[in-house]
Amino acid sequence: MEIKRRDFLKVAAAGGLLVASNAHPALARDPKTRSKDALGFLYDSTVCTGCKACVSACKQYNEMPQSSSSPQDPLWDNPLDTDSKTYNIIKLYKNGTGEIKDREQDGHAYVKRQCMHCVDPACVSACPVSALTKDPKNGVVSYNKSACIGCRYCQLACPYNIPKFEFEKTFPQIRKCQLCSHRLEKGEIPACAEFCPTGATVFGKVEDLLAEARKRLQYKPGSKQVYPVERLNGKAVAEREVTPYIPQVYGEKEGGGTQILYLAGVPFDKLGMPMLGERSDAQRSETIQHAIYKGMVAPIIFLGGLLYVVHKNTKDHK
Amino acid sequence: MSEESRPLGGEVLTKPFKVLAGIFGFALLLIAIRYVFGIGAVSNLNDGYPWGIWIAYDVVAGTAIACGGYALALMVYVMNKGEYHALVRPALLASVFGYTLAGASIFVDIGRYWNAYKLFTPWYANPNSIMFEVAFCVSLYIGVLWIEFMPAFLEGVSKYKEHLPEFVRNWNVEGLRKTLNKFMFVFIAVGVLLPTMHQSSLGSLMLIAGKKLSPLWQTGLLPLLFLISAITMGYAIVIFEGIYAAVGFKRPIEMPLLTKISGVMPGLIGVYLAIRIIDLVVRGAVGVAFQINIQSLMFWVENALYVAALVYAAPVANRTKPKPLFLSAFFMLMAGTVYRFNTFLVGFNPGANWSYFPSFSETVITLGMISFEIMAYLYIVKKFPVLPKAEHA
Ligand code: SF4
Ligand code: SF4
Ligand code: SF4
Repeated sequence: MEIKRRDFLKVAAAGGLLVASNAHPALARDPKTRSKDALGFLYDSTVCTGCKACVSACKQYNEMPQSSSSPQDPLWDNPLDTDSKTYNIIKLYKNGTGEIKDREQDGHAYVKRQCMHCVDPACVSACPVSALTKDPKNGVVSYNKSACIGCRYCQLACPYNIPKFEFEKTFPQIRKCQLCSHRLEKGEIPACAEFCPTGATVFGKVEDLLAEARKRLQYKPGSKQVYPVERLNGKAVAEREVTPYIPQVYGEKEGGGTQILYLAGVPFDKLGMPMLGERSDAQRSETIQHAIYKGMVAPIIFLGGLLYVVHKNTKDHK
Repeated sequence: MSEESRPLGGEVLTKPFKVLAGIFGFALLLIAIRYVFGIGAVSNLNDGYPWGIWIAYDVVAGTAIACGGYALALMVYVMNKGEYHALVRPALLASVFGYTLAGASIFVDIGRYWNAYKLFTPWYANPNSIMFEVAFCVSLYIGVLWIEFMPAFLEGVSKYKEHLPEFVRNWNVEGLRKTLNKFMFVFIAVGVLLPTMHQSSLGSLMLIAGKKLSPLWQTGLLPLLFLISAITMGYAIVIFEGIYAAVGFKRPIEMPLLTKISGVMPGLIGVYLAIRIIDLVVRGAVGVAFQINIQSLMFWVENALYVAALVYAAPVANRTKPKPLFLSAFFMLMAGTVYRFNTFLVGFNPGANWSYFPSFSETVITLGMISFEIMAYLYIVKKFPVLPKAEHA
C-alpha cells in the first residue's frame, strides 16, 4: 500500500507540474517589439472630415462588393461596421447637440477602423493552422485562405473584432485588411492613405509615424501647422489650424502596440476603441501555455509516470 | 473481465428511441442546409459571437460530461482501485460517444472543414495556438477511446454472436483481442494524459479573449479550474448514469460502488470552490458579481449549483442513498455545464453592438447530436457486454 501510494504521488506530482506550473516568470514569453521596418499609418481624427473617400477606395482597390445596412434599399453601399465585404470604415461619435467637432460634450468626431496590424497579434497566436501570419519585416498581418479551417478562433481572439467571416457563404473565408499588401508589392501605398484628401490617414514607417504623432501633440491649439498628406515625407502637404488633442498616441502601447497609430480630440474609449493594457493577450496566453508545455517536458514526464503505474496496476488486476 | 459485463438484450426500437431518431433526422436535414447555404442559414452566429452552443455545449460541456472514462481511469488504473472495474465499460462507452459526437460537431461548426487535415500538417500547425493543442489532443483521444472500448466490442462479437447483425458474425477476433490486451496499458496511460491536457486547455482557449471575457471568468487559472471541474463532472456522470441506467433498465443500483466513488466529490468540489473564490478575491473581481446584470446573475446560478452539489454530497449518510447521490451528481453536471456556458458565452462580450442567442435550427442540431449519442448508447448496451452483470435481476 505504501509503495502504491508513493507511485501515485509521483504521478500526481508530474500531473501537478503539468497544470499548476502556470506563471513561472522564467518561462514567461517575452513581449514582442516592433520591427524597424514596420509599416502602417497614422490616423488623425481631428483632421478627418468624415468624407469616407478611404472607404470607397478600400473597396475599389480590394475588389470588395457593396455592403448595405438598409434592407429596403440594398443598392447603397453603406455598411455600419467592418464586415466580410468591408475592410475599412469611418464611424461617428456624437454627443448631445453634436455641434462642435472633436469635442466630447455636445460634439462629434470620426474614427477610422480597420486591422491594427498588432505588434503581437492575438489572431496570429490563436490561429491553429498559421493561416494568419505577421510578416517579420514590414509587420503586415495577412491571411491565407488555403490554410484556414474556418474555426473563427481569430475572431474570438482579436480585441478589435477585426477578422470577419462569410457566414452567408457555402465556402466561406475570413476577411480583413491586409494593409493593401498587393499594392505595397507594386511600390504603391495603401489605398485608404492615397485617396485620403485631407491627410487624416498618412502612410509611413511606424517609427516615423510615431515621431510625427508626438510632434503633433506638442503643437499649440490654434496655431497653423503643416500636415503631410497621403504619406510622410511625400510632396503633398496641407496647412491647417491645430485643434486640441487628447495627450495620447493610441496604438503606441495598447495591447502590446499596433502598427496603426491614432490621434484624436475625444477620448479613445468614447470613439469605441478598446481600453487595453500594455501586455498583449497573445503574450499572456502563450506564457501560460508555454509554462505547461515547453518542450513537452512536463507531459512526457507525466506520461512516463502513467505508463509505469498503469502497467503495474493492470497486472495487479489480472 | 468478460465475466463482469453482459449485453442487456431486449427491444432496440422502443418509443423513446424512435423519438430520438426523429430529432436526429430533423437535425440531419438542417445540417444538410448548413452545408449548402452556409453557417448563417441555420445559426445566429455572427462576427461578434463567432462561437455559440455548438462549441459551448457540444464540444466544451459535452466532452466534460464525457469525462467518465477519464475519471474512472484515474481511479482504477492510477490510484489502483480495482474494485471499480465493473463501472469502467459503461463509463468508457459514454465517453466514446460524447467525444466522437463532439468531434462530429466540430465539422458542422468549422467553416472550411475541407482544410481540417492542415491541423496535422507540421508546416501549418501552430504550436502557440491553444486551439491547435485542443484540436490535436481531442482527435487523438477519440482514437484512443475507441481502442480502449475495442475489447468490449470484440468480446461481444466472439461471445454473443447470436445477438449480432450478420456482417460482424464471421470475424475472427480472438487473436486481435489478445494482442490488444497486451498493449492496453499504453492506451490507458495515454488516455489519462490526453484529457488532462485538453480539458485544461479548453479553459485556456478563453485566455486570449482578454477583456472581452468578464473578470468573473477571465483568469490565468482557467486551465486549472477547467481540469478540476472536468474530473468532478467525470465522477458525477458515472454516478448519474449508474443510477439512471439501473432505474431505467430496472436493474439493481450498484450502490456500494457508487457510494465509494462519490467519496471524492466533496473534496474536489471544495478545492474547486476554494480556488475559484480566492482567485476572484485576489484579482479584485468580487465587486463585479454584485452588479445587476445577466452575467452576475449567471455567476450566482453557476456557483449555487456547485454549492448544491457539495451540500448533497458532503454528508456521508447522503452518499449511501440513491436519491441525494443522484441529485448531487445532477447538480454537479449542471454546475460544470453552466460554468462552461458562462465562460464561453454569457461572460463573453465583444461590444455593445453584438448579441447572440441560439437559433431554433442551431438548437435542433445540438439536440440531434445528443439524441444520436443516447441512441448509440442504448443500442450498444443492449447488444454488447458493457453494463455490469446484474446479481439478481
Ligand atoms: S487588429 Fe485583430 S486582426 Fe488585426 S492584427 Fe490585431 S489581432 Fe489581428
Ligand atoms: S478562422 Fe481561419 S484564420 Fe481564423 S483562426 Fe481559424 S483557421 Fe485561423
Ligand atoms: S490598408 Fe488597404 S485594405 Fe486596409 S483599410 Fe486601407 S485601403 Fe483598406
